[in-house]
Amino acid sequence: MSILILAEHDNSTLAVATAKAVAAAQKIGGDIDVLVAGSGCGQVAEAAAKLDGVAKVLVSDADAYAHQLAEPVSELLVHLAGGYSHIVAAATTSGKNVMPRVAALLDVMQVSDITAVLSDKRFERPVYAGAAIQTVEATADKVVVTVRASAFDAVGDGGSAPLEAVDFAPSAPKVKFVSRDTPVSAGPELANARIVVSGGRALGSAEKFNEIIKPLADKLGAAMGASRAAVDAGYAPNDWQVGQTGKVVAPDLYIAVGISGAIQHLAGMKNSKVIVAIDKDPEAPIFGVADYGLVGDLFELVPELTDAL
Amino acid sequence: MKILVPVKRVLDANITVRVKSDGTGVDLANQKMSMNPFDEIAVEEAVKLREASIATEIVAVSIGPAQAQDTLRTALAMGADSAILVKTDETIEPLAVAKILKVIAEQQGPDLVIMGKQAIDDDSNQTAQMLSALLGWPQATFASKVEIADGKATVTREVDGGLETLEMSLPAVVSTDLRLNTPRYASLPNVMKAKKKPLEEIDAASLGVALAPTLSVVSTAKPAERKPGSMVSSVTELVEKLKTEARVL
Repeated sequence: MSILILAEHDNSTLAVATAKAVAAAQKIGGDIDVLVAGSGCGQVAEAAAKLDGVAKVLVSDADAYAHQLAEPVSELLVHLAGGYSHIVAAATTSGKNVMPRVAALLDVMQVSDITAVLSDKRFERPVYAGAAIQTVEATADKVVVTVRASAFDAVGDGGSAPLEAVDFAPSAPKVKFVSRDTPVSAGPELANARIVVSGGRALGSAEKFNEIIKPLADKLGAAMGASRAAVDAGYAPNDWQVGQTGKVVAPDLYIAVGISGAIQHLAGMKNSKVIVAIDKDPEAPIFGVADYGLVGDLFELVPELTDAL
Repeated sequence: MKILVPVKRVLDANITVRVKSDGTGVDLANQKMSMNPFDEIAVEEAVKLREASIATEIVAVSIGPAQAQDTLRTALAMGADSAILVKTDETIEPLAVAKILKVIAEQQGPDLVIMGKQAIDDDSNQTAQMLSALLGWPQATFASKVEIADGKATVTREVDGGLETLEMSLPAVVSTDLRLNTPRYASLPNVMKAKKKPLEEIDAASLGVALAPTLSVVSTAKPAERKPGSMVSSVTELVEKLKTEARVL
């Protein structure tokens, strides 16, 4: 068996999600190669070569891959697929965008968002927003998989795999990259943070969200998250949304502030190691999954907690 | 401009999911079924494009059992002009759905396909990308803004860490994210009118697409339960427990 992993990066930094995809690939077994497709992505290729367990890093450095649009990257992966039994990527927005195209072009189903590897063809994946866990078996020769990063521990970086250039020109693009807008958010990235502090609608305004949640997150070195209600109300940017339709996180500590705990939200955080809930409603469903619950006025309790740390 | 909108009938988002004790799946018997929430957003966006005089015709399509007619009637009541039910009683996976949609797209000749980014039952997030690949059309997934002008679509996408804007030629496939719009409720008069709109039925087997799954579901289980937590009475007690008992601080 041989596995090709599509690296997730921004042309300068390799995302931690890739090291987690490598961990999942190690459980599948076989030689693991990593593909870095980008433009001016030499640093990323070198970082990928250091990942433990990687046999070889394939580098496609060309303008065509500068923004890693789904069309050229999927063509490149299909071009390389002949030599591999498994094509793997992290289930990030980029992986989710590219990999189903690869699967369709190879005429196989993709196994989406796996949380466990049972054998080289058998995987576990959550369905119904995590309310059920399906065990599925791929029956085709080629297996296309996306990996839920929060379910695997990143491999170390003591390796030294060789780099190999891949020269492949994808067909002329029908899609043109226009722009990218990255909101400035201090602190760690939500999907990979060790601690997450999330706020809900009970915060009442964007100002209060900032005033109450941010100091606590800063004190803990935590990433900030939000419920859909808080995002819809404009209290927080939408890429902070934790839940079935937002990000799925599994930090060591998740602190939910003023979040009632709708099933769509729980789907995004209930695999956190320790969950703390602070809310004024003792009947809120969030207390059903919380390891520690504190009932009371968040406007008093959260600043008190920030001060106590 | 003609728009094709695929819609799926799924277990209503507000229903608590019950896993069958024999591990064969989720209990759907006598449960409330509704249109997949992301597909409602797709229908809404198509209707908005017509209200803006950009689209001229909207065709809704669903693949599934006879009851999926209800889902199509909902789309018609929201403003779709006609509907196609590709009927099958089998459970079919995203790859087969994409192949069926390709046949329908070739028959209908839409300029744009708008569909949900994922269905809230299988949570696959594959069909739009697969359809786009099979048709050789450009794709814009996770759309939070769609603008059509001069035969081109400019789509803003929700990506990890922010937003990305792409411009593409038509025809194209767009998948919707939650932020794209707020779907309208169908008014009673529109629900009545929808009953008279055309709804064509096609037998899935007649389309020459292999429907048998390539991914076999071995079992479906309840997720591991968390051990019950405890309530604390003060911030001091909380910090103490996080430090000494949970050891996360």
